[in-house]
Amino acid sequence: MLALSLRGLTKTYQNGTQALKGIDLDVAEGDFFALLGPNGAGKTTSIGIVTSLVNKTAGSVKVFGIDADHDLEAAKSCIGLVPQEFNFNMFESPESIVANQAGFYGIPRALARERTEKYLRKLQLWDKRKVMARSLSGGMKRRLMIARALVHEPRLLILDEPTAGVDIEIRRSMWEFLREINEAGTTIILTTHYLEEAESLCRHIAIIDKGRIAMHDRMQDVLRRLHSETFVLNLRTPLSGAVPVLPVASAELADPSTLEVELTQHQDLNAVFAALTAADIHVVSMRNKVNRLEELFMRLVGQEETTGSAA
Amino acid sequence: MNLGKSRASRTFIGFLTILRREYGRIIRIWGQTLVPPAMTSTLYFIIFGGLIGQRVGAFDGIPYMEFIAPGLIMQAVITTSYGNVVSSFFGAKFGKHIEELLVSPLPPSVILLGYVGGGLIRGFLVGGLVTIVTLLFTHLHVDHPFLVLASVVLTSITFALGGFINAVFAKTFDQINWFPTFVLTPLTYFGGVFYSISVLPDWAQHLSHANPVLYMVNTFRYGFYSHSDVPVGTAFALMLATVAGLYVLAYVLLKRGTGIRD
Repeated sequence: MLALSLRGLTKTYQNGTQALKGIDLDVAEGDFFALLGPNGAGKTTSIGIVTSLVNKTAGSVKVFGIDADHDLEAAKSCIGLVPQEFNFNMFESPESIVANQAGFYGIPRALARERTEKYLRKLQLWDKRKVMARSLSGGMKRRLMIARALVHEPRLLILDEPTAGVDIEIRRSMWEFLREINEAGTTIILTTHYLEEAESLCRHIAIIDKGRIAMHDRMQDVLRRLHSETFVLNLRTPLSGAVPVLPVASAELADPSTLEVELTQHQDLNAVFAALTAADIHVVSMRNKVNRLEELFMRLVGQEETTGSAA
Repeated sequence: MNLGKSRASRTFIGFLTILRREYGRIIRIWGQTLVPPAMTSTLYFIIFGGLIGQRVGAFDGIPYMEFIAPGLIMQAVITTSYGNVVSSFFGAKFGKHIEELLVSPLPPSVILLGYVGGGLIRGFLVGGLVTIVTLLFTHLHVDHPFLVLASVVLTSITFALGGFINAVFAKTFDQINWFPTFVLTPLTYFGGVFYSISVLPDWAQHLSHANPVLYMVNTFRYGFYSHSDVPVGTAFALMLATVAGLYVLAYVLLKRGTGIRD
């Protein structure tokens, strides 16, 4: 079954901006799905329409087969949303924010209290349950929004940049938590600017750009389709002359001590190191220039730019 | 999310949750929500009822202090019912936590009734406090308890709906103060709180009949003293029609997402 199905989704704002230009998108039940795109691409508008925060201009939204135009309340009861911006009352306590949200979904007070404790504990906020929400740190506020989105135990959880502004340690623990709830059966749709996050967590990916889906595929297939990868090599001794001939697609010096080599799928690093050793060039460390997904993302978005400019 | 409950009972729980949250807000900031109207009414009773009232004498056989008492209670109900909803809903819009309700499965009618219920709760709490203050200065006897209750409920709902509509259109905090300052306060002061319109010249009496607050205050006063400047049946029908009209308007605005959905 499809957790989410969008057909011909279009949005034109009152100022004339066409944010979505006919989006078709399917997300299977149980999936961990990444929705990526540059700022202003239409990610948040799409999520806004699915969660009824934004009125669509045209198209259809189905959540677990329920057409939102026919039974909006039933469709919404399946969704939990973690929005990009903090959208809770800063003068309420985390406990009342989460318990009230449960109430809005029709959960009786006793069960709402139980669930509030469960999710505040899971997200390490139980100790802060009585404080005013505005006194929480940025990371805590993000976790509070996750607890609030989960309290009615939705079948589809949508997270719009949930780890923005969160430190590495908390981000990693949030990843673990999201993996855990996905394994327990919750379908997750994630938008993020941390492409490493999408690559590490998600099984399917769609890239949205300028209101259109630029690409939609399995994460593994997407990454496999990447023809090349760039590595940054830090050299022990600065190179004074030209870069020696290497078995790579391209090689250039970023500075005398930093060599960037681009390898295609058919080339290997052993041959590169052999050639460097033969030329008496020693490598002290190495890293990927960019995350693989980022490379793809930049290419797709860059391609769109070029196509757009040509048009 | 299968809780084995009917949609109607889940919706009712949602409605109660909004009411609980609104009540919590009123109590949490009681210094802003409950005390000022009681304080203002006390001053009115001291100055208008006590100092000036002694010189005014009686209106239609009712001592001035007793005459203004129902009007002052109603004035407090009007301003607080309106103020509660306009500030709570606009605050939710401004702080974006209205989205908590918009993403939930609660239908617009329940969200609207929840906010109106919040206005009604504050209207009753403040009305109760002002009544206690009133009893410190004068005595009240109730001729028609049902009419007293019904007129407070209808008036409170009317102005709670008015506050909601104001909040829907408001984009700044200035815009939630504009209507109360320039429209609501003059209507209340010219609505027969402090006088009977029988003392006005003919043209002013006719003009006063276009003021909805006149009907509310007089229906309420009739509940105490069986005295009114307007026919109570007409007043009641007008109040019901106003509530129905404002409810439909507020519902359509919320359903469309005016001012809250792009």
